[in-house]
Amino acid sequence: MSYVKNHNLVPKHAKLSEKDKKQLLEQYHITIADLPKIFTDDPAIQELDVKPGDVIKISRNSTTAGEVFFYRAVIEGV
Amino acid sequence: MEDLYAEYEEKLPQKLIEEIKTHVPSKISKTKLKAILEKVYLEYITGIAEPGECVGLVGAESIGEPGTQMTLNTFHFAGVSEMNVTTGLPRLIEILDGRAEISTKMMEIYLKKPYNQQPEQVKKLAESLKETLLKDITTSMSINLAETKLVIELDEKKLTDINVKPVQIAKVLEKNFKGYALKVDEASLIIKSKSKEEDISGIYKLKQKAKSVYIGGVKGIKQVLPVKRGDELIIITAGTNLKEILQLDFVDQNRVMSNDIFEIQEVLGIEAARQAVIKEVFKVIDAQGLNVDMRHIMLVADTMTMSGTVLGINRYGIVKEKPSVLARASFETPIKHIIQASITGEKDDLKSVIENVMLNQYVPIGTGLPGLITKIKKA
Repeated sequence: MSYVKNHNLVPKHAKLSEKDKKQLLEQYHITIADLPKIFTDDPAIQELDVKPGDVIKISRNSTTAGEVFFYRAVIEGV
Repeated sequence: MEDLYAEYEEKLPQKLIEEIKTHVPSKISKTKLKAILEKVYLEYITGIAEPGECVGLVGAESIGEPGTQMTLNTFHFAGVSEMNVTTGLPRLIEILDGRAEISTKMMEIYLKKPYNQQPEQVKKLAESLKETLLKDITTSMSINLAETKLVIELDEKKLTDINVKPVQIAKVLEKNFKGYALKVDEASLIIKSKSKEEDISGIYKLKQKAKSVYIGGVKGIKQVLPVKRGDELIIITAGTNLKEILQLDFVDQNRVMSNDIFEIQEVLGIEAARQAVIKEVFKVIDAQGLNVDMRHIMLVADTMTMSGTVLGINRYGIVKEKPSVLARASFETPIKHIIQASITGEKDDLKSVIENVMLNQYVPIGTGLPGLITKIKKA
């Protein structure tokens, strides 16, 4: 499945540690339900060993701002 | 110098800093650079959307207005008669509606280094991708009524093109049709039922079935067209099959593109789908010579992919996700929503715009968003 990771359309996905997750939620005064979602069976996070409730940090390469971080909460895939 | 940049790295987006770095002369004094950075920073923060600003509304208008000037048309590929592509308004509607079945599926297949130069070689690879059914490689298929048998005449030229021998085809057919006897006679195949009492309608059904027997190529790829793009040759196809194309070793797996957003979501994930939405919308708008800021399109793409799958901007998609009953009812099919809400006893928190407009209250955007606390002087 290495082709998923290397494809131009797919930005880098990384799992946030519990500490970073807490810090993120505190920084923006949000709960995990407020974050955009990503399913557990998403092809891009298959190698990350994630479970529902984790937060994925996505390093997008934006055309307007350079490298931008975006976060998605993992939810159970249907 | 570097420490000055580092100081602003927190405050400014990476792209702006890079731009400053390339534009300022290399022997600039520290005080001057500081002044430039400070000025850029001020401009930047005045450009940021303020809290409570209704960015969605601005985005909708910014895409909607140029959208009225779009033409209804399809674009035809020169040289290939049946290959046309939906562009313009119909395509834009298709993307933003989040349709699972789009009208013209297309792929752009980039090839790896040694394969992408010689036209002959690319053409050969392109042909090998095309889905081949039995009917594509036959000159005739006839039923012999007297002996109730099916005679298939194969096109020998086409067989050499795709490098398949009649015996191989016979093997494929044997697998598909159990209970039939097969005979190979040079370039013709004769199929006959093993049981004695085969009637005409049976053999007729067999003929229809035999037409769509899969012989080779990639399933779903209906047409191929080698095209020059920059200094390399790529293959444009009608019909998509991202998953199987990505497995092939001569394609550049990093750049293969499909215009089917749902397929991308399935194969490459939700983030790739978001990227694809932006790319496809921008392509449409750009092709029409219109000018819409990228950020509006990004906002739309973010909204569409919020829930983990691609949702369209319609009553089956993102509107359905709204928590407020009145907001949903105000969009389309109001009675349905209100009845459903009254049955299940839904609660409306009146947190969004439209339900507050209905109730003649302040809408929580702009200056309506913050509450004020005043100190009252005790008398």
